[in-house]
Amino acid sequence: MPVIEEFCDVVVVGAGHAGCEAALACARLGLETYIFTVSVESIALMPCNPNVGGSSKGHLVRELDALGGEMGKNIDKTFIQSKMLNKSKGPAVHSLRAQADKSDYSLSMRKVLENQEHLTIRQQEVAEIITEDVIDNSDNGNIYKRIAGIKTVSGAIFHAKAVVLCTGVYLTARCIYGDVSQYTGPNGLMAANHLSDSLRANGIELRRFKTGTPARIDKRSIDFSKMVEQKGDDRVVPFSFSTNPEDVQIDQVSCWLTYTNEDTHKVIRENIDRSPLYGGVIKSTGPRYCPSIEDKVMKFPDKDRHQVFIEPEGRYTNEMYIDGMSSSMPEDVQFAMYRSVPGLENAKIVRNAYAIEYDCIAPKQLKSTLEFKKISGLFSGGQFNGSSGYEEAAAQGLIAGINAAQYIKKKEQLTLLRSESYIGVLIDDLVTKENFEPYRMMTSRAEYRLLLRQDNADLRLRKYGYQVGLISKEQMDYVNFKEEAIRKEIERVSGVNVSPTAEINTFLEGKNSTILETGAKLIELIRRPELSYQELAFVDRGRPELSEDIIEQVNIEIKYDGYIKRQKKQVLQFAKMEKKAIPNDLDYDDVKSLRIEARQKLKEFRPSSIGQASRVAGVSPADVNVLLVYLKQNKM
Amino acid sequence: MRETIAAIASGMTASGIGIIRISGPDAFRVLGKVFRFANKNKTVENVRPNTIHYGHIIDYEVGSRSDGQVSDTRNRYVRNETVIDEVLVMIMKGPHTYTAEDTVEIDCHGGPFVMQKILTSVLKAGARAAEPGEFTKRAFLNGRIDLTEAEAVMDVISSGSEDALKSSLMQLDGSVRRKIESLRERILTEMAYIEAALDDPEHYDLEGYPEKLDKKLVNLLEELERLLASFDEGKLIREGIFTVILGKPNAGKSSLLNYLTGEERAIVTEIAGTTRDSLEETVRLGGLILRIADTAGIRSTGDIIEKMGVDRAMSLAEKADLLLAVFDSSRPLDGDDREILSFISGKKALILLNKSDLETVVDEAEIRKYSNAPIVVISAKMNEGRELIEAQIREMFFRGKLHVNEEIMLTNVRHKEACEEALASLRLVRDSIESGMPEDFYVVDLMDAYAALGRIIGEQVGEDLVDMIFAKFCMGK
Repeated sequence: MPVIEEFCDVVVVGAGHAGCEAALACARLGLETYIFTVSVESIALMPCNPNVGGSSKGHLVRELDALGGEMGKNIDKTFIQSKMLNKSKGPAVHSLRAQADKSDYSLSMRKVLENQEHLTIRQQEVAEIITEDVIDNSDNGNIYKRIAGIKTVSGAIFHAKAVVLCTGVYLTARCIYGDVSQYTGPNGLMAANHLSDSLRANGIELRRFKTGTPARIDKRSIDFSKMVEQKGDDRVVPFSFSTNPEDVQIDQVSCWLTYTNEDTHKVIRENIDRSPLYGGVIKSTGPRYCPSIEDKVMKFPDKDRHQVFIEPEGRYTNEMYIDGMSSSMPEDVQFAMYRSVPGLENAKIVRNAYAIEYDCIAPKQLKSTLEFKKISGLFSGGQFNGSSGYEEAAAQGLIAGINAAQYIKKKEQLTLLRSESYIGVLIDDLVTKENFEPYRMMTSRAEYRLLLRQDNADLRLRKYGYQVGLISKEQMDYVNFKEEAIRKEIERVSGVNVSPTAEINTFLEGKNSTILETGAKLIELIRRPELSYQELAFVDRGRPELSEDIIEQVNIEIKYDGYIKRQKKQVLQFAKMEKKAIPNDLDYDDVKSLRIEARQKLKEFRPSSIGQASRVAGVSPADVNVLLVYLKQNKM
Repeated sequence: MRETIAAIASGMTASGIGIIRISGPDAFRVLGKVFRFANKNKTVENVRPNTIHYGHIIDYEVGSRSDGQVSDTRNRYVRNETVIDEVLVMIMKGPHTYTAEDTVEIDCHGGPFVMQKILTSVLKAGARAAEPGEFTKRAFLNGRIDLTEAEAVMDVISSGSEDALKSSLMQLDGSVRRKIESLRERILTEMAYIEAALDDPEHYDLEGYPEKLDKKLVNLLEELERLLASFDEGKLIREGIFTVILGKPNAGKSSLLNYLTGEERAIVTEIAGTTRDSLEETVRLGGLILRIADTAGIRSTGDIIEKMGVDRAMSLAEKADLLLAVFDSSRPLDGDDREILSFISGKKALILLNKSDLETVVDEAEIRKYSNAPIVVISAKMNEGRELIEAQIREMFFRGKLHVNEEIMLTNVRHKEACEEALASLRLVRDSIESGMPEDFYVVDLMDAYAALGRIIGEQVGEDLVDMIFAKFCMGK
């Protein structure tokens, strides 16, 4: 039977948040790219919560944007409410979170994909990856495995130089609530049931993770008078560095806050044996971060209530997302449990809550570049790598896409360090640590978060986007100009003195700040927590006119100088260990004094540097010392 | 290739059995050269590892007849070989030894002279003299022990007294570890709370939290300070209490020293790492060690002491941990005595009233007019008061008892430095609270404190914080 045979540079499997970024990056870098999806309607689908960003996830989106990704731009076009979280805290933990109009988000991204040069969308299930054995003349004729393309369920073959797997939660997916169990992807979409076998046959180790989503309820059946309204910020800050801030000042919709109560918890406790999670039907591992409501009630019996946020799924739909109450309880329990919540007494459920199980990989099989260690040219990103969340997925998708393109162009791979980005932390955590649950980004995972702020993502990462070719010269020029302007202004401010005039002291009194007896340095005044660079303009006559983003940086850098310097010092320490490379083919059996557990783990993870080795679980500082001594003795 | 090292492992005191240890790739070859099995059929090569053998150590000479004629593997007494000692040797195969290398232990008849001769022979046969702590260093480098253990062993080795030994062993048991773990756990809990609130600001807020944290920090700081104070106490136990005896001529200083040493031999030691500008006598008093400054040769009787007078003693006294002021109870207090009494006021000092056969004219009441320092009445001849002096010193330095018995004691400089670092970091957190910094800044220094304490027990930060957040707080949607 004749089959279709096509040739391209890159095949991206899956068109979720990871797949979209990967495909766009490859196409934008000039490579002929195919993106496969089980349904064109499900491009950039948000099957769970209707928001983008949030604590630390907002950072990821900013970084993605700085590197040339699409998610930030797309949410700026389609958000319906926006908030800067943690505004009362330090600048490092300010985090943007926007409510998305789900269908708008998906449609808008689809439009971007459809109009992208070198990119073709193809609705078809990918059934197999095709690999070939290659003799490596540069490595004593050793044979290694290389990707050659993919095969669809219909038998069509797409030859490709690189393949990026972004299968999300679709691989052999199963949706469960109560004793209802269906082999579909989210929202009843077709699961991908063939690819897992092909991956296993190619030596890729798969495992099973689980996640879940709450019910959607008809807005008309909700009594909002029993809830607390949650409004967006008055002045909205865009995600993307290239969005004009004036374009995002829109009419926003509200979310609503209510709480579970003892009645809710009683319903759950009385029916807990009917939970597939507790009854043993679901054996896969769920995320601690997104516990189902039954998990929360059982694990935190002391809490007499849990918060529930009611969030709109979009501007033109009545469906409301019940944030905080994901579940896989049977339908009747779901009805009873939701209706016990104030304001939801008469709730009409549009879609049931459900849990979903899917195949994914243990990401230790990947390099820091997101390429498989054992199959050259095969990359992967997103939930397939064992993460959770749209933003985590998009960030990995972008890096996997960039590196697939670099691989084909035979250019240097892009690896971001923990000390320069949340994306670096995310990927490093994935490839060096044992993850037993879907991995979610958190600010506490970033050791150097004072330096990794959402406000300076452009200063940190634009250069990499520019180097690979996703960022234009104009954009890069602006970053260079901005950097210089910040430096100059801080230098200037450092020399400004303030005399103890009546004017300044009246101002200080008004701010509950200690008044000046003698002259003071302006820089010292800015450092007082109750004051800022902006507010002290009136005593700083020689101040040049600067744009908002530059002013913000000047203020932060001056105010938190002491802390920032301390972190920079820590980074220097970190960098030392990171630079000590471990040869790829190091024979750990030859390192005699390693403890058995450490040896096993090191063989398993094959860290690329001493720094990375020290983060592998099961490797103790003593083992790291042994390794250092060994490398030194053998002059490696 | 590593060298083979050897050293006297039992210390250079006259004890029953002395141990010479050899470790390294050539340990067995070296043994073959210096050891003759009593059983002629045995050789170093043919005996099973981890066995003990009886025989003799000979005086090995390079280029001697025995060097030329005795093969490394054949066991044969050669004529004219000088036997140094009859011994037991333990032959242990790496990596299941202390250093993880091939190791030999020679149990000989103790005695500095014999041990030194055996060691010399071993060194001539190809081993190198080990540096202080080198066995332990190898054990550490070869992954046999972690840093805490390595340091505890070093303390045992270099300690002179029973109490120091106890402290070192407790550290091996992990009492420092447990204390540090408890401090870290509490710091971690606070970080987890802050992080939970940062991560999920809509579920957890930090209203009123800074004040609460500040109170907890006060407690943590107090405990750390106590731990640090224990280091100084530990140092006194390990290295001895630097003591100066004061007293005017003929008050009985020299007889006091003889009296303190009592039956025990005064041992002259050189303890590494301490600088001395005068000779010292090390005196054991129960479990305590007193390092008594030999103020111009206290032990020598004669006129020299008297000539040097009080002046020299005074200058040393400024640096002393403990002053022992001796007064002759048979003579009224004079100007010199009162000068001494005023000098010791406010210092850690003990007043010793030396009772002679003569009539007592100075009693406690008389002394009390000038000083509040504790008084012990001693009688050199009757050998009374040793226990009283010891008890008073314990009271003074260790609040009645040596802390090692029930409290945690820091004994190691590295641990002390890490504790100081943690202390400084926690103080910075208090500064941040006081100056009204946002809560996320607290974590920077809390994390530093957490990491510093972790270094003591060889733990890295890893996933601790994330795990704690999830364990303690109900997070997420």
